[in-house]
Amino acid sequence: MEFLDVLTSSVNTFIPALGQTVRLAIVVLIVATVLGVIFGLFTVSNIKVLELISKIYIGIIRGTPLLVQTFIIYYGLAQSLRPLGFQWKDIGGPFTAGIVALSLNAGAYMAEIVRGGIEAVDVGQMEAARSLGLSYGKAMQKIILPQAFFTMLPAIINQFIITLKDTSLISIIGIRELTQNGKILTSNAVAKSMPIWLVVAFYYLVICTLLSQIAKIVERKVSHRGK
Amino acid sequence: MENKNIADRPVKISVKNLNKCFGELEVLKDMSVEVHEGEVVCLIGPSGSGKSTFLRCLNRLEAANGGTITVDGQNITDKKININKVRENIGMVFQHFNLFSNLNILNNITLAPVELKLMSKEEARKKAMELLERVGLADKADAYPAQLSGGQKQRCAIARSLAMSPDVMLFDEPTSALDPEMVGEVLDVMKVLAKEGMTMIIVTHEMGFAREVADRIIFMDGGYIVEEGTPDEIFNHAKEARTISFLNKVL
Repeated sequence: MEFLDVLTSSVNTFIPALGQTVRLAIVVLIVATVLGVIFGLFTVSNIKVLELISKIYIGIIRGTPLLVQTFIIYYGLAQSLRPLGFQWKDIGGPFTAGIVALSLNAGAYMAEIVRGGIEAVDVGQMEAARSLGLSYGKAMQKIILPQAFFTMLPAIINQFIITLKDTSLISIIGIRELTQNGKILTSNAVAKSMPIWLVVAFYYLVICTLLSQIAKIVERKVSHRGK
Repeated sequence: MENKNIADRPVKISVKNLNKCFGELEVLKDMSVEVHEGEVVCLIGPSGSGKSTFLRCLNRLEAANGGTITVDGQNITDKKININKVRENIGMVFQHFNLFSNLNILNNITLAPVELKLMSKEEARKKAMELLERVGLADKADAYPAQLSGGQKQRCAIARSLAMSPDVMLFDEPTSALDPEMVGEVLDVMKVLAKEGMTMIIVTHEMGFAREVADRIIFMDGGYIVEEGTPDEIFNHAKEARTISFLNKVL
């Protein structure tokens, strides 16, 4: 089978590429989660300025394609900021630019998930916490966010998987992750396209399946505590 | 008990000309009330009369639009006061219990005293167990709220408030969400509290209970205090037509 031939013969280039995809995804998911919590909290803060900032951020990200966002950040920003001495290659090149673009993108969707999760918690929980003398922040941290987390979990996992696959779009600015590696292999004149792309798909399938399996275990671990 | 001279005791809560609006809707109109230390006040009246809103203004869960509310000499309508500190001394019990569903019963009770650094973890645990003993739930310390009946939840919610050693307890229709057979167990806990001299303000539809424990009944309708007096004055000798017609419907 050609698929198996390609799978075995291309291991030496795909393993580093897989590593790059996984590294990219891990950093992006962490940064996006942090951004999501911050902007999610902004949205529910009842502080007009913060709500507005978060609304604008989410609006822009959701209203434009990831690929365009990536170009703006990688090419656009580099050109505009060149007079100030800014160059992507000084701070990690396309890999860093890719992280910035994808994190900003996923962060906006995470913010909406966090907002939804917080809003789904009964307002009585906040009132009870405040009436005991706990501050807004403490109540959020000890009562609201832990409860919101249970409801958010399936949506968070879904977003993680989407973002993991979106790393393939970042290949366009020249990071040698799985998709870019596939492109390089197929550019060889004698290479056959089908088995190579099937191998690329296979790697994505494996890591996405792995991620959702881990997620299932986490979900089971936390849900037994009951509502 | 020394019910006779309640008026001689220090004033605990003093509300003057309180106004509260929700948008265009005026919910509380120029309300003035004084509650003395150790007094048990029951607020009765039709739904929508502003009873709950009034209660929620007393710990600023609702911000007043006008007037002053003084608790222990501190004007809590003043934006500059530390409302969290004030709330430490005002317990509140809700119609829907509002137990923290992510924490077990013990942690529901110990959370605030420990987080606010009023007690060590160990002290808080000890106090929580004493309180649970008192409300008859010592065996439920490790259970989660979802595993308790409504009556048990409300007794636990009372214990949670008491863990802060408040001087005042506010009860917002504490038995309205309960099955009839569980009302008694909650009211019993409240009766004991009243006997021990806790200052209590209770919004309730339980007229028998109000008659038994209250030092004073306040009848509200349309955002006003229509009539107030001892249980005997209100339940047996009401003067206002609106009070009489309301009591005729509920008694």
